[in-house]
Amino acid sequence: MSAILPPGQRIWWKQPVDKVELIWIGIAFVWCMVLFFMMPYWHVFGNQNLSPETYRVKPELFSRATQEMVDKYTVRTETDEKIPVVAPPAGSDIYLIARLWSFWPILELEKGQSYRLHLSAMDYQHGFSLQPENINVQVLPGYQHVITIKPNRSGTYAIVCNEFCGIGHHRMVSRLYVK
Amino acid sequence: MASVHAPSLGMAGVQPQFRVCPRSGLQFHRSAETLIKLNAVAAVVTLLVGGVLALLIVLTRWQAIHLIDADNFYLHLTAHGLDMLVAWIIFFEIAILYFCSSTLLRCRLATPRWAWLGLALMVIGTITFNVAIFSGNATVMMTSYVPMPAHPAFYLGLILFAVGALIGCFVFLGTLVVARAEKTYEGSIPLVTFGALTACIIAIYTIASGAIILIPTFLWSIGYITHIDPAMYRVIWWAFGHSSQQVNVSAHVAVWYAIAAIVFNAKPMSERVSRGAFFLYICFLQLAAAHHILADPAVGTEWKIFNTSYAMYLAVLASMIHGLTVPGAIEMAQREKGFTKGLFEWLRKAPWGNPVFSGMFMSLIGFGFLGGISGVMMGSEQLNMIIHNTIYVPGHFHATVVLGTTLAFMAITYFLLPTLFNREVILPGWAKWQPYVFGLGMGVFTLSMMGAGTLGVPRRHWDITFAGASLPYEFPGTALLMMAIVGVSGVIAVIGGAMYIIITVGTILFGKRLDAGTYTHTISPLRMPVQAALTGRGHEASFHAPGTFVLALVFLAAFVLYYFVNWKYLSTVWGLS
Repeated sequence: MSAILPPGQRIWWKQPVDKVELIWIGIAFVWCMVLFFMMPYWHVFGNQNLSPETYRVKPELFSRATQEMVDKYTVRTETDEKIPVVAPPAGSDIYLIARLWSFWPILELEKGQSYRLHLSAMDYQHGFSLQPENINVQVLPGYQHVITIKPNRSGTYAIVCNEFCGIGHHRMVSRLYVK
Repeated sequence: MASVHAPSLGMAGVQPQFRVCPRSGLQFHRSAETLIKLNAVAAVVTLLVGGVLALLIVLTRWQAIHLIDADNFYLHLTAHGLDMLVAWIIFFEIAILYFCSSTLLRCRLATPRWAWLGLALMVIGTITFNVAIFSGNATVMMTSYVPMPAHPAFYLGLILFAVGALIGCFVFLGTLVVARAEKTYEGSIPLVTFGALTACIIAIYTIASGAIILIPTFLWSIGYITHIDPAMYRVIWWAFGHSSQQVNVSAHVAVWYAIAAIVFNAKPMSERVSRGAFFLYICFLQLAAAHHILADPAVGTEWKIFNTSYAMYLAVLASMIHGLTVPGAIEMAQREKGFTKGLFEWLRKAPWGNPVFSGMFMSLIGFGFLGGISGVMMGSEQLNMIIHNTIYVPGHFHATVVLGTTLAFMAITYFLLPTLFNREVILPGWAKWQPYVFGLGMGVFTLSMMGAGTLGVPRRHWDITFAGASLPYEFPGTALLMMAIVGVSGVIAVIGGAMYIIITVGTILFGKRLDAGTYTHTISPLRMPVQAALTGRGHEASFHAPGTFVLALVFLAAFVLYYFVNWKYLSTVWGLS
């Protein structure tokens, strides 16, 4: 019977299954297991895994920690708004604020060195989108997300906000330097 | 065929309630018929609104044209998301639920008054959230992430709509109960109804999640609650937002099976396998809400991996099964008709000029190759980092929800116009081409969006040239080219959508009236053919659909290749740990 009518056999679950279906289910199942185990595999052997390290944080406290880093390691300022460019030592904790509608400050990192990047938003939700690497992370207010990053190429990068955050969203773009 | 008097309707003076469509043999109950029509009409009206918005949006993201200003762009984008993804699709799905219960089971619709209330709430809800958005007080995107506030009417409209849809779900379940009690069919419910039941169960879970998050958010918007945690909001909102897309998947897969049955009289290859696959949807599909949380803080790695993979990809397995069994059933039906030459004669000789079939088949291919594969990419925990919130994401879901769901619904419309509305389709030449214009436009549109997303172009963004920003970034020229292709193909898809609306509205208003059959008091229940009930012959285990199997292997090859290309790309980016 066709699919819009009740099954022609009362005991439809005993109907034999075609080989095409059986073989395909087998192949698809194996593929699904590959899809699954790639993720834990990459956690063990891959170098690009998003850290789950998170703390609750008040915007003022995060802002203060960022200010301390800026006070210590600012090397110059850029643009009319005098955004500080900060060059913290390799291996250190570095902070990036996302707020309406800018990222602050500008970070200057060294190629091949690791940094603990702390991300948090001051107001609404924002998106951290590093271009042209195309690494994208959600940034939430009230949460401090710590990701260890290791730049592997030098150059001038952009940080684009890719979570809609109001009318100035499309002007929320900043820089990041790797020497 | 035996006839029985419907118990409550047999008395004198009551209007006759049932008619049998002389063309399809389907039996319609008067209340169900009216409600299916009204839900379908409401769906098409919201599709029209959403389609106009789509045109404005796509002409803005095409940077060379950049049609509307930033305020209106974000406002229209919010309305487009809700009118399409919520209103158009769910109105149509309620119509499908009533069709799959009352019509396919030849049963009266349970509690028609409640069904009317549900429809009224959905209409009022749609109007409410649209007013909130178009008055400029709710430009928060469909996701309305806290703490960005919207006018309370925005959340209220969504809640009213959801309550209406929930009532529709229970009317569907009630109708299944009535059909069983009144013995309007024998044995088990049809596979298509089983698919609709799957959609209904997922819808109830979805709406419950929506209530859990939208009611507190509404209270927050009017000041009764001071704080909604943004991470919690995202997790629960997506249990609503993503799961509602899983309702669509179940519904359009049910429609695929229905169309295979209607056009080819195709039997399911095996009831057991197809129903088992729907059952996997019920168990695992909703976990995929975690796809949206993969780039988030505040959630653990194990949670992400378990949920994003639907507990080890068991729902992907289900979709891969449907992707084989739907065309497989068509192949077997065609081979029985004598199209047995080579691997693909059955497909070459398929009725490509019939929009019911061509729309359905493009929906199947588009959903599988474009929507399905890209969905697994985004849903892989680490790969998500190179995709999250780029325009790849709308590329993916336009492939699932527009190319998959919307095109399947368009296809079944061409069947419903003569059977349900009793009108001959006007402009048959247009109808023949409409699925191709819409499907191919949408196919190129989604592919180029994914291409632009791979180059980092953000979604929900008015100006990727960053004019006026103090530290602008210049996207590669290819990205802008991709966005121009998005613009052109988007316009083509909108033209395909406009053709659909002109054909459907024109047919309902001006199409030649067809014989509707007369209304009577009697229903003719579905009875099994005696022979089948006695002997029950399934096809013996063999290799019945070799062409489909080859197509499935082509699909798998594309899947495997693209999957590992993405891992290769990921391995070249900065170290992250």
